[in-house]
Amino acid sequence: MTQSVVVQVGQCGNQVGCRFWDLALREHAHVNKRGLYDEALSSFFRNVDSRKSYSGACCVGGRIQRLKARAVLIDMEEGVVNGILQGPLREVFDSTQLLTDVSGSGNNWAVGHLTYGSAYRESIVNTLRKTAEHCDCLQCFFLIHSMGGGTGSGLGTRVLSLLEEEFSDVCRIVTAMYPSAEDDVITSPYNSVLAMRELTEHADCVLPVENQSLVDIVNKISLMSHGAKPGCVLKKDCTVTSGHGSLSPTEKPFDAMNNIVANLLLNITSSARFEGSLNMDLNEIAMNLVPFPRLHYLVPSLTPLYTLADVNIPTRRLDQMFSDAFSKDHQLIRADPKHSLYLACALMVRGNVQVSDLRRNIERLRPSLPFVSWNQEGWKTGLCSVPPVGHSHSLLALANNTCVKPTFMELRERFTKLYRKKAHLHHYLHVDGMEQSIFSEALSSLDALIDEYHQLDATKARLTPDPPRLSIAR
Amino acid sequence: MSVVTVQLGQCGNQVGRELFDVMCSDAQDAGRKTHSTAGWERFFRQTTQGDLEARAVLIDMEPKVINHSMSRAAKSGRWRYGETSHFSQKQGSGNNWANGYCVHGPRHRDAVEELVRREVEHCDMLAGFIPMMSVAGGTGSGVGTFVTQCLRDIYPSAFVLNHLTWPYGTGEVIVQNYNSVLTLAHLYQLSDAILVHENDIVHRICSQLLKIKQISFSDINRVIAHQLGGVLQPALTPDSCGANSRNPLGELVGALACHPEYKLLSVSTIPQMASSSIAFSTFSWPALLKHLRQMLISNTKMEEGIDWQVHPPPASAGRTRTLTAGSFNTSLANLLILRGKDVYSAETGGFGDSAIYTSWLPPEEAFSLWKSPVPFNKYEKSATLVSNSQALLRPLDDMVRKAWNMFASRAYIHQYVKFGISEEDFLDSFTSLEQVISSYTQLQC
Repeated sequence: MTQSVVVQVGQCGNQVGCRFWDLALREHAHVNKRGLYDEALSSFFRNVDSRKSYSGACCVGGRIQRLKARAVLIDMEEGVVNGILQGPLREVFDSTQLLTDVSGSGNNWAVGHLTYGSAYRESIVNTLRKTAEHCDCLQCFFLIHSMGGGTGSGLGTRVLSLLEEEFSDVCRIVTAMYPSAEDDVITSPYNSVLAMRELTEHADCVLPVENQSLVDIVNKISLMSHGAKPGCVLKKDCTVTSGHGSLSPTEKPFDAMNNIVANLLLNITSSARFEGSLNMDLNEIAMNLVPFPRLHYLVPSLTPLYTLADVNIPTRRLDQMFSDAFSKDHQLIRADPKHSLYLACALMVRGNVQVSDLRRNIERLRPSLPFVSWNQEGWKTGLCSVPPVGHSHSLLALANNTCVKPTFMELRERFTKLYRKKAHLHHYLHVDGMEQSIFSEALSSLDALIDEYHQLDATKARLTPDPPRLSIAR
Repeated sequence: MSVVTVQLGQCGNQVGRELFDVMCSDAQDAGRKTHSTAGWERFFRQTTQGDLEARAVLIDMEPKVINHSMSRAAKSGRWRYGETSHFSQKQGSGNNWANGYCVHGPRHRDAVEELVRREVEHCDMLAGFIPMMSVAGGTGSGVGTFVTQCLRDIYPSAFVLNHLTWPYGTGEVIVQNYNSVLTLAHLYQLSDAILVHENDIVHRICSQLLKIKQISFSDINRVIAHQLGGVLQPALTPDSCGANSRNPLGELVGALACHPEYKLLSVSTIPQMASSSIAFSTFSWPALLKHLRQMLISNTKMEEGIDWQVHPPPASAGRTRTLTAGSFNTSLANLLILRGKDVYSAETGGFGDSAIYTSWLPPEEAFSLWKSPVPFNKYEKSATLVSNSQALLRPLDDMVRKAWNMFASRAYIHQYVKFGISEEDFLDSFTSLEQVISSYTQLQC
């Protein structure tokens, strides 16, 4: 069994991360009835017995003493991390896993990436190394940060390139929160585009998430719970909708949105942690979904997002779940994958779903989904037998689809609107090590990426004939 | 003579467990009827406490499936795997053939060879090896190919019969066609014969014959195990002089894979039905054999939807054959295995008809018949046909075509290059398989 380390950077990264750890504990508590520290738990947690002399680490198979998250928390201001350390999750984090400063990055990518990046390089690498040493077989780093701010976006991407340098054979999966157009940080387009270049060059996979989509989804859920038809009861205590039943009694704003992202991470790792008839490991995600090194932006969609308590037609509900996964309402960025081109698609199913259900739905949905000519039947499927808490089954779809292009183009629009006028540029150029060329390089990297997606889109309408086969001399 | 099974990757370990399960319960049933204990000796050995242990080595690059298989086997109470007969690592091969073949294989070569050697030492006489794996993933396909190579190197006189599970056409793994092409091209040089099951076909058997509503991989694996068991359980062969064959793999390979360009074998079994219906059905050899023969020549893998219009072409038919010409399935060689009641009265002339075979092999060479009076797996009468014919030509061609399309755009190639497989290696594999496709296409009556 392998271990994964979560590196949460910045305010957003740490808030989402915090929700993730909360839900992970709840999920394992639900499944692990005997209180034994098993392989599944060890993928995200260490078991520490403080009475033991050297580091206190306990092996798999013993009773749970104290669980410590395999996490590194980084923030350049103390508010969020201190909040976590005073909250119900304080026991789960080791003080040696935290890296904080006081003054924040002022929503400035350059400050995060260059100033703090250099100042804290040593300590970041040391903390990462120590966390990695606690792992028997480290498979993946999950990096969580926002794109629009300064710390998450700047220092987060600096951490990403450090991870590539120091742990080159460990997979790097980044969950990046993209700002909506009405973001209150004026320079968020600068920060996002500067960070994008880093993600394109140093990440193995990126799961882009747009705030606006999360807002829409959360609104839809609350609409369901308030305007519900008689006879439809929303399950109140499942992991998706609330932190209810978990450690925090009161919900903070953004909690619902962060829950969705936290669920995304839980579901991606479910097949690596629990058993199933068709396992899907984390290294299989990059292998199957990234046909070309730079095109590694995978649009996530999660179903179900809410549950109705009256379930009397099991198979129909299951099929509905598959249809929902491809509808634009369930995507975590504002995109419509059905009308763009699929390069590859992965379906990770949890719960009591068998291969025939999977096959039936793939056959049913396949005709309406445009796939690229060289991957007409390219599906990656995983079946995990353990469902998430409160649901009987769930589906996570990861699509490498050209529908990310509009999101990136919009980002570029917003960037050029500011950059043309050189608005706020001096805040960045004042930072030691920052040059105008970094801006133009980031912009051309984004342009090149958009162009690659554009080329692929152009093949959509064209009917490409099969390339001629090798002919054998008789 | 004993057979050592090497279970590789998730599929190999899951199917393998079902196979041993079927063979154990069948052998125990047979033992009660014939008062002989030899039925299990080929695939099991007996510990000092009298428990049955499978002659198997379990290999996977991550531990979950092996743990599951071993505990399920032990729970059955009838047989189990050897405590130390398994090897696993912490992290899988990531669906990457190159990772399995170039990295994991060599890295763990010594450990795996040691396990195999220990199992072989338990055998009085080694009949050969059956590596079981899928071709879609990374470990079964990549590590499996490497391990087959090792077996070839260390035991040059042992027979190696690879059992492969081909994935659903509409994808379980996106790079499955690459992994399949690389595996098949390499195995063709290493293996004595390659026995293939296709998930698509077995799925249809589950839904249309066994009437299973919600088909799981366990159901699929159990059908595969039933068909394989029908091939591998003891039988009387022409060479065995009135006793059960002591060289099953050798005789199978000798009967079917006489030419190095033709190694792909498919399996059909009749009857196959929901176990609840077996008690209410009666079987007659003439009916079973008539259906089985038509299944063979019309290339239907089950006794539903058989096209009775397909006939062998007349002798004067044109010399050139293309892939799509006609729906008649020409055979190179066939092995028919009959098990159960009145087996000696079964009339099998239809399978010896030269019209269904290619012209350059006389039917006496092409057709072999094995029999066992012992019923198999609860069926009063059952017939298994192992066939070296054009049956796998279309699926193989589809697989190569899809892989080639993907290769033309170089998609995913960087993932393989990262671990040591170059574009040249891909091209070599494509070339080998085009040769195989051409050979099978050219089979004519």
